[in-house]
Amino acid sequence: MIHDFGIVWSERALLLSGLANTTILSTLSAAAALVLGFVLTPALMSKQRLVSSMARGFVDGMRCVPFLLFAYIVYYGFPSFGVRLDNWTSGLAALTIYNAAYMAEILRGAWAAQPREPIEAGVAFGFPEIRLFRRIILPPLLLSAGPVIGNQMIQIIKDSAFLTIIALPELTHAASSIQSRHYVPFAAFITAVFLYWGLCLVIEAGVSSIGRVAEARR
Amino acid sequence: MSGGDIAAIFQGAVVTVSLSLVGILIGLPIGLGLALVRWANVPIAAGIVTLYVSMLRATPLVTLLLLLFFALPNVGVPIGPISAAIVALVMNTSAFNCEVWRSALMNFPKDQYEAAQSVGMRAAQRFRRIVLPQIVRVSLPGLVNEMSLLIKVTPVLAVVGVVDITRAAVRIGSETYEPLPPFLVAVALYAPIVFALVSLQRWIERRQVAAEAAA
Repeated sequence: MIHDFGIVWSERALLLSGLANTTILSTLSAAAALVLGFVLTPALMSKQRLVSSMARGFVDGMRCVPFLLFAYIVYYGFPSFGVRLDNWTSGLAALTIYNAAYMAEILRGAWAAQPREPIEAGVAFGFPEIRLFRRIILPPLLLSAGPVIGNQMIQIIKDSAFLTIIALPELTHAASSIQSRHYVPFAAFITAVFLYWGLCLVIEAGVSSIGRVAEARR
Repeated sequence: MSGGDIAAIFQGAVVTVSLSLVGILIGLPIGLGLALVRWANVPIAAGIVTLYVSMLRATPLVTLLLLLFFALPNVGVPIGPISAAIVALVMNTSAFNCEVWRSALMNFPKDQYEAAQSVGMRAAQRFRRIVLPQIVRVSLPGLVNEMSLLIKVTPVLAVVGVVDITRAAVRIGSETYEPLPPFLVAVALYAPIVFALVSLQRWIERRQVAAEAAA
């Protein structure tokens, strides 16, 4: 058993590059999904029925489709429309588009729960729209949505593991190539599990420090 | 895509639904058991459960499944794709269910428990008559939500060769060189299942809010 972990240790470069790829993939797509979510949220809350029902349809549709199937559609199905993406681009696109729907829903919930008074006071003080959003709406919104966004980031990390099926060299893919080369399944996969766990603990620590900031500001 | 292909995807749907059901039915009581161990603060076991839940909640189902499927035979436990799939689903969902049950238990009013104690109910009786009916109601939306999440991760089971909806669709796509139609059939199968669960969850929540408002 110790010998098996020795083999995994000798392949640490592969495993670390998998970990780095998982981190890059999750961070990039989480950031992009958050930005897209911010674009979608006003559309969800729009008073124009057409806009809001289209946004609602997209968000609910995404939430009803399994991520793996969506990734397959982007990778294998999009070429039918003449859109041919390599595995990195389609992996990133799939993660981003899929999670944007979740982010939009999270932000909508947090936005709707915000107290109206500070925003109305900001309007009364004559804040222009962009500044009103940036200085009055955004900070408490991010603080109150922080924990849920953190949970969604953990979800994104776990979803990124599915991309191993389109041969994206992330952490699970690295572990499985070590296992198939040396036949050390337990050592290879349990190491990957611990690395995922570590990543998630980092995010949880970040979320709880945001929580402390929010508590201090109250 | 022929009629036979569509039938193959429907056969996959039977596999997806039955594996999910088995996972849910086994995962629910195990999750409750784990939550009770943490709630009762059983020495050592509570610590192990905390670690188990934290770790499983962070582990992608693919990684867990590959671990079980390849490592268990290595230590002399023969395991087929279906049993590996069920064990992985149960381990995954029980960790999430544990958290839902636990938060219901944490919020359970202590005075009721003490009142039951003072009228002389035994521990098992207290749990079955006083605690369980109430935490089931509180946990229900969270548990249904977890069920919809479970169905959404089942396509992963295809990695070890379980022929579910997704696997059937992929196979037809690679045979006909037209991947889009079978994928759309697959979406049309998943969406109503997940949507039904999501609507059920919203309905339960609305009913509970209404019941509270009436009280």
